[in-house]
Amino acid sequence: MTGYQETLTDPSYGGQIVIQTYPLIGNYGIGKQVFESSRIQASGYVVREACEMPSHKDSVETLDAYLGRSGVPGIAGIDTRSIVRRIRSRGVMPACIAVYSGKEPDIAQLVSKAKALDYSKINFVEKASVAKVERYGKGEKKIVLLDCGVKMSIIREMNARGVSVIAMPYDSTPEAILAQKPAGLLISNGPGDPAVMGGVARNVRSLFGKLPIFGICLGHQLLAHAAGGKTFKLKFGHRGANHPVKELASGKVTITSQNHGYAVDEKSLPGEFEVTHINLNDGTVEGMRHKELPIFSVQYHPEANPGPLDSLPLFDRFVSMLK
Amino acid sequence: MPKRKDIKKVLVIGAGPIIIGQAAEFDYSGSQACKALREEGVEVVLVNSNPATIQTDREMADKVYIEPLKPEFLRRIIEKEKPQGLIGTMAGQTGLNLTVQLAERGILREFGVEVLGTGMKAITAAEDRGKFADVIKGIGEPVLDSVAATSVEVALEFAKAHKYPFILRPAYTLGGTGGGIARNEEELVSLMRYGLRMSPIGQVLIEESVLGWAEFEYEVVRDGADNCITVCNMENFDPMGIHTGDSIVVAPSQTLSDDEHQMLRSASLKIIRALDIRGGCNVQFALDQKSGRYVVVEVNPRLSRSSALASKATGYPIARVAAKIALGYTLDEIENAVTKGTPASFEPALDYVVVKIPRWPFDKMPESNRVLGTQMKSTGEVMAIGRSFEEALMKAVRSLEVKGKGFRMEWKDRDALAKVLHDATDQRLFAVYDALRKGMAPDEIAGISGINPWFIWKMKNILKMEGKLREGKPLDDAALLRSAKKLGFSDRQIGEFVGKPEADVRRVRKKLGIIPVYKMVDTCAAEFEARTPYFYSTYEAENEALPEKARKVIVLGSGPIRIGQGIEFDYCCCHASFALREEGMRSIMINNNPETISTDFDASDRLYFEPLTLEDVLNVVENENPDGVIVQFGGQTSINLAKGLHDAGVKILGTQLEGIDLAEDRERFRELLHELGIPQPRNGTARTPEEALAAAEEVGYPVVVRPSYVIAGRGMQIVYSKEELLRYIHEAVDVSEERPVLLDRYIENARECEIDGVSDSQRLFIAGIMEHIERAGVHSGDASCATPPITLSEKTQETIVDYSNRISKALKNIGAINIQFAVQNGTVYILEANPRGSRTMPFMSKATGIPLVKMATKVLLGKTLDGLGLHETPKLRHFSVKSVVFPFIKLPGTDTVLGPEMKSTGESMGIDHDFGRAYYKALLGAGIEVFTGGRAALTLAAADKAEAGRLARSLQELGFEISATKGTAQAISDTGMAVLTLRKLSEGEPNIVQLISSGEIDLVVNTPTKGKNSATDGYRIRRAALEAGIPLMTTMEAAFGIAEAIRARKRNELSIGTVDSFYIPKAGQ
Repeated sequence: MTGYQETLTDPSYGGQIVIQTYPLIGNYGIGKQVFESSRIQASGYVVREACEMPSHKDSVETLDAYLGRSGVPGIAGIDTRSIVRRIRSRGVMPACIAVYSGKEPDIAQLVSKAKALDYSKINFVEKASVAKVERYGKGEKKIVLLDCGVKMSIIREMNARGVSVIAMPYDSTPEAILAQKPAGLLISNGPGDPAVMGGVARNVRSLFGKLPIFGICLGHQLLAHAAGGKTFKLKFGHRGANHPVKELASGKVTITSQNHGYAVDEKSLPGEFEVTHINLNDGTVEGMRHKELPIFSVQYHPEANPGPLDSLPLFDRFVSMLK
Repeated sequence: MPKRKDIKKVLVIGAGPIIIGQAAEFDYSGSQACKALREEGVEVVLVNSNPATIQTDREMADKVYIEPLKPEFLRRIIEKEKPQGLIGTMAGQTGLNLTVQLAERGILREFGVEVLGTGMKAITAAEDRGKFADVIKGIGEPVLDSVAATSVEVALEFAKAHKYPFILRPAYTLGGTGGGIARNEEELVSLMRYGLRMSPIGQVLIEESVLGWAEFEYEVVRDGADNCITVCNMENFDPMGIHTGDSIVVAPSQTLSDDEHQMLRSASLKIIRALDIRGGCNVQFALDQKSGRYVVVEVNPRLSRSSALASKATGYPIARVAAKIALGYTLDEIENAVTKGTPASFEPALDYVVVKIPRWPFDKMPESNRVLGTQMKSTGEVMAIGRSFEEALMKAVRSLEVKGKGFRMEWKDRDALAKVLHDATDQRLFAVYDALRKGMAPDEIAGISGINPWFIWKMKNILKMEGKLREGKPLDDAALLRSAKKLGFSDRQIGEFVGKPEADVRRVRKKLGIIPVYKMVDTCAAEFEARTPYFYSTYEAENEALPEKARKVIVLGSGPIRIGQGIEFDYCCCHASFALREEGMRSIMINNNPETISTDFDASDRLYFEPLTLEDVLNVVENENPDGVIVQFGGQTSINLAKGLHDAGVKILGTQLEGIDLAEDRERFRELLHELGIPQPRNGTARTPEEALAAAEEVGYPVVVRPSYVIAGRGMQIVYSKEELLRYIHEAVDVSEERPVLLDRYIENARECEIDGVSDSQRLFIAGIMEHIERAGVHSGDASCATPPITLSEKTQETIVDYSNRISKALKNIGAINIQFAVQNGTVYILEANPRGSRTMPFMSKATGIPLVKMATKVLLGKTLDGLGLHETPKLRHFSVKSVVFPFIKLPGTDTVLGPEMKSTGESMGIDHDFGRAYYKALLGAGIEVFTGGRAALTLAAADKAEAGRLARSLQELGFEISATKGTAQAISDTGMAVLTLRKLSEGEPNIVQLISSGEIDLVVNTPTKGKNSATDGYRIRRAALEAGIPLMTTMEAAFGIAEAIRARKRNELSIGTVDSFYIPKAGQ
């Protein structure tokens, strides 16, 4: 019900129209420091009501002004819940937002245009990733971040632990990565279908045993592919900040922030990997690890923003693995 | 962790009578807990002194004890039942305090009873203010600097080192009783003295104040494996300084950024872990929205008013989950009862806005100070759900059913507005609106009131829409009409602004296809399919409440808990719903009270959380197309809708409008009684002061007068003279053609009694006669009563039965009925007949073991009394007494004298083998500590002095030392008895008030002088007794009653037994 600014700027939403279930969006305006990337990543935004008079000490503009300034179409005043229910029963689907005044546009034409979109053919990661190597933080210890569309909060969490982050393009070669002499590799979140990123998976595979690896969200899925496993498309994905995840070893349940449309197929994982976390709503894989090597990943977002801070200790775990 | 196998029997403590600060929410959480435990095969033993709850129904627990909530009674029950575990966190402060007492007295250890769920350590750490501050500081969370003071000196010491104002909260009290804000030393000393008296452990927490900061609450649940979730976060519309129970509350929070929300959420989890809570818990924060700084204000280690609200706001049943946790389950092992497919270990997502507004008793107690503060004053609350804040707010306001002008209220100037904006009263919400109307800027209003500007801007949207509607556009401007409905405007309001009757607006609106849709409260914002049909209306595209093809009946609820319409009516509505299901009908409930069981997700087949206005109810009726509507159980709220529903062609089950009208219209009722030859106190109606005087002459003084329309809030009064009548009319009421004053002859020195019954088309079944202990003239809701009757002769009882039968027949009553009588010198007068469910039906059901409301409902569906096996009035071998509790202690400035205007908030029940002991238990159940000896102080009105000697003697025989003020003492010594004379206030020191305050008096009998202008002496004596917490009798009947109760108590041990054990006749009898 909070966190719209983080959502809009989350690169994992690249190429998607985001629809918010909570009806009142923009209540606390747009803050100066609440960005997960430098721009709005979503392609469109759908809300029941966009707040015209926000109230917050950090607010510098309204949601509408921000969307307008960014050239991202938004639509308000519609029955968002009915659309959510439709997505629940029919799955995510292509859509389009049309602007018109006066004569109504040709709906059939718009529908066929939307349907023509093949989501799996578009390389969203390429757009979301850094173009060249970038360094964040001054810590002596450093890791390479394979940037598939990272949320800034992930970098902030590493920096806060005294680790500097070298963000590299998603298709960087193993050699290029190792040339940075990192203490570990973090594979970030990002948009799109992991199954079409075979090259990245192969690159990651060749780093097994060479670096401690931590995968988050898309990074988790890429790790599964690197291990020889598979992913599948969920009907309507896991979105939101209220997903219960159980750690199998301890039985502990944590409320997590999630945003993914694909999931790892448990049966496809090779014997050297084990599932460590599951989603309690549908039993899908939420985390896994290599039985011997310092390699682990989670499907959810330990960096939160938006969402609960309960999983931040995962960053400590990764840091403790770094040589 | 699976369920514990060693727990087979659990004692669940109930919350006792409804009082301010502890209302129906504990009936709800306690009942939910009982259900959750029994589902697991655990044997449940329930103890509660309140008859008017579902919780004390025989079906709710394996063993139901309606007994006083006192450690000595609990001890006997524990000894008899030998439970392995106890749950005391479902019953508010009462439950916690009892749990602590049982532990401290070693009773739990003696019988090996384990406190399940949240344990003793957690309870004391959260409740003891000093320990609490230590724990919170220990985990690095910010708290306000404070001291747990046990003396005034400690308080003054603290004040030297800190800045005024301070907030004072006595430890272990509920609803902030005895607390307040001290702005200077004088206020500090006086509040300290008061608070030390109010706290059962003589401790008051003094705290720095954060007046004006925003207030947020988190409802948190934790299991034994340390899994924690937050169910809901809520934002108070009113800033810090007003008790959260008296604040307008919005869920989810509206003005927090995600950072701030996560900061407070994380702090909540840290706190619930540090306190080792196992179950539900409420954490309150103050946040300075200018700096982002926050402090932890308070933690309630139990189910609370807020947790009930959170449960209804989200659909997440906190009490149910807490009960399962108490048995050892972890959150992931408990099912989400709403989706039935996902576990309870998740955090609900809301896709709507919830607004709660408290319901205050100021209409009934106009002399009370309306300014809100740290001591809670409201009796109940309403909740509304909408897809926008404006819609939810407008729906909540019309759910309140306050007779005032609401958003039309006006203040005379800026100064008057600024005052109410700053010193919040129950009317502040409307003052904000008026300030906007008068052109005050939202930021300025925010500055004065401390309310976040976000809320004020939203209210400005409402005002803007009002302006547009007033522009005089045609009514069939569809876009405008739709926008107004989306903002929550009612047809009646729209009609008012466009100058058209409500019915016209409805007609045009429907013609334009602007009708509401219903959305589901599903805990997950539509992410998963939900199976619990809990709906609210809004004006959008998709309707989720598609009508089912089934036979179905709508039950209209009773709205917020208020004085005069309490939980008893919610009880009746629930029973109606249960009976419908038993008969294979689908039950559909409409109500707006978040505290109660009627709005629980599984109390009915469908729940519509809606205002109870004709428009909202008709909308549901049109959506559902039911087989009928039941209007007879929701008190005045639902009865008032009968006419509109009837006129709209809706089928009303049971007694028809004609019968309702015949009983309610005084002139028609008078004619009916005349025809039937049944005596009624002489009465008249007056439309001018002159007519009133003439009517009073004709009926004869004293007369009971009441306005048909209230302006100064003053209700009924007994007047003894022409002068008093004139004063009443000039001060309190506005007499006119449309607003007549009603006058009834007051039948002096009469016994009042009433019957509850059920009739079918053939005959009336009377469950029993209840005889009031106080004389006629005390409102029946305030009177204690006994069944079977204690003084009525056989012949009188026969007359009552005869009159009842004839009246029921004449009203063509079908279903429930309640008839009230006054008996004077053997003559039976009828006072009123109510062809509907009554306040006493739960009590009567429990006294007789006959579920009257279910029976009545089945009759509505066509069953006959014969078919239901209801023949003769049962002959009971035990006595049941109902006693009542009053809110005076919470409402400074109020007088405790009883009269024709109802003042009580709740009731207790005592059952035993004779009247005396049953009354004694009822008094204990009502929280009155009756001493069986000590010093009694008598100060009687002139008219009662003749009986002074007799009363003094009977109290003396019981071992009381008798003292009295001069006149009364004279009357007593005239009968040859020794008596200690006490000084009145004007007679120097030490006087009677001081002696009461210093604890030297154990029982006070003060009967006020006739009329309302009683001496201030009497008022101060009564307040002193009230604040000292000693029994105070204000009528002679009650005084003699208590003497008899004490006598019976001394003669025989009080019985202890389940309600069932009283119904079954003993062998050989």
